[in-house]
Amino acid sequence: MTTADLATYNFAYLDEQTKRMIRRAILKAIAIPGYQVPFASREMPMPYGWGTGGVQVTAAILGPKDVLKVIDQGADDTTNAVSIRAFFQKVANVAVTTKTRAATIIQTRHRIPEEKLTSGQTLVYQVPIPEPLRFLEPRETETRKMHALEEYGLMHVKLYEDIARNGHIATTYAYPVKVEGRYVMDPSPTPKFDNPKMHMSEALQLFGAGREKRIYAVPPYTEVVSLDFEDHPFEIQTFDKPCALCGAQDVYLDEVVLDDRGGRMFVCSDTDHCEQRCASGHRGHLAHDKEAAE
Amino acid sequence: MPHDTLAFTGGFREPVFEAQSVFRTLMDCMARPGTVGSAAVAVAPPAPLCAAVGAVALTLCDNDTPVWLTPALAASALPGWLAFHAGASVTDDRQAARFAFVEKGAMLPDPGLFAQGTQEYPDRSTTLVVEIEAFTGGRPLTLTGPGIRTEEEFAPVGLPDMFVYFRAENRQNFPRGVDLILVAGDAVLCLPRTTVVRVKEA
Repeated sequence: MTTADLATYNFAYLDEQTKRMIRRAILKAIAIPGYQVPFASREMPMPYGWGTGGVQVTAAILGPKDVLKVIDQGADDTTNAVSIRAFFQKVANVAVTTKTRAATIIQTRHRIPEEKLTSGQTLVYQVPIPEPLRFLEPRETETRKMHALEEYGLMHVKLYEDIARNGHIATTYAYPVKVEGRYVMDPSPTPKFDNPKMHMSEALQLFGAGREKRIYAVPPYTEVVSLDFEDHPFEIQTFDKPCALCGAQDVYLDEVVLDDRGGRMFVCSDTDHCEQRCASGHRGHLAHDKEAAE
Repeated sequence: MPHDTLAFTGGFREPVFEAQSVFRTLMDCMARPGTVGSAAVAVAPPAPLCAAVGAVALTLCDNDTPVWLTPALAASALPGWLAFHAGASVTDDRQAARFAFVEKGAMLPDPGLFAQGTQEYPDRSTTLVVEIEAFTGGRPLTLTGPGIRTEEEFAPVGLPDMFVYFRAENRQNFPRGVDLILVAGDAVLCLPRTTVVRVKEA
């Protein structure tokens, strides 16, 4: 790529003062795990809701030696992931990958890769509503006070109401967690299946909410506990079938409708994980149909 | 005055990439307290500030961040250097300072005198950047807390005996408290407010 092909922006789009402001917020966020640090979120060349928070965090930490992976619901090839990856190729000329193992920075919208992350990696979440108490208390002044006083009774009442109405905790995504025994945090709308992966993760986890102007973080080796009750302990989703393409069990599956006669299949939500397994010879019950189609 | 020209030289040569590399070192070290990173960048702040602390200052400070300096640093050409290269102003008010810089050999000020943040906004606290002699060879201290799998250890030379007490005081105010960036030569080690520092049992 010649310099003429590069967009005429600063490296990674953001100006240096913006990066410094975001970097200071990231350092404070790491120092206070689970606490939402306000930051002066900028307008990005994409609408709010498309991951502007995650994009700003990635832009502030990204360097020329990094290898970037972007996933949208576990997939590398969906619109949001493709456009954000293309954005960083254009404004930072950064190396990109779809392989979880090869990436140094993984920007994600609502999934944590199935493969265990390692200490050289940073996971950047795109967060729509960073405040876990927001739907219970709309006033920022009040939620801030609740965090200050560690007053999280309301959240337990909400989970209790789930049990009273449904017989179990019906929250399946954005399931609230307590970080290092202090702050209740929204893990972003990841399925609760992924919550246990946040606990004592080897990778640094950064969360950016662009519209809501908040950055928060979970350092490596930090306690992340999903809220629950003694008689209704936290449970993750289970699937009765393995992945139809790679036969993987104990992974998060997406339901795909195949026809208008009720045909459906369940496949890995993490496309890289599924491809790696297929490449190493694992086969699900519909894998032959896929090969025939190709 | 010879001091005046000192202010205009010795900044980053590649501001974008050098700031990014120093920040990544700081981020990794803050996320993994006790880990020693490298901030080897060719900047030349006025004496007695060392290059690595100068690099940290240029990476994090700008006109949004009032800076507190020790008497020796305030009397040097540093205020002009910071103003020219970073646009940062110097303040005497420890409560207003977002960053505080302490050169090697200077007395470590009580972190409790700096801004601690508030219970609602604990991020509004000062970050102390302190140069010491070395991370090895002194009294062994153990580190525990978020970012540390079991336990880390370091043996700083150049921190006062009061240091462990300062840290204990700091930890009590959680989530309020100051965060610490220690520098020895080109090496960096961070102690966020969450890190518990204890004297290693013999």
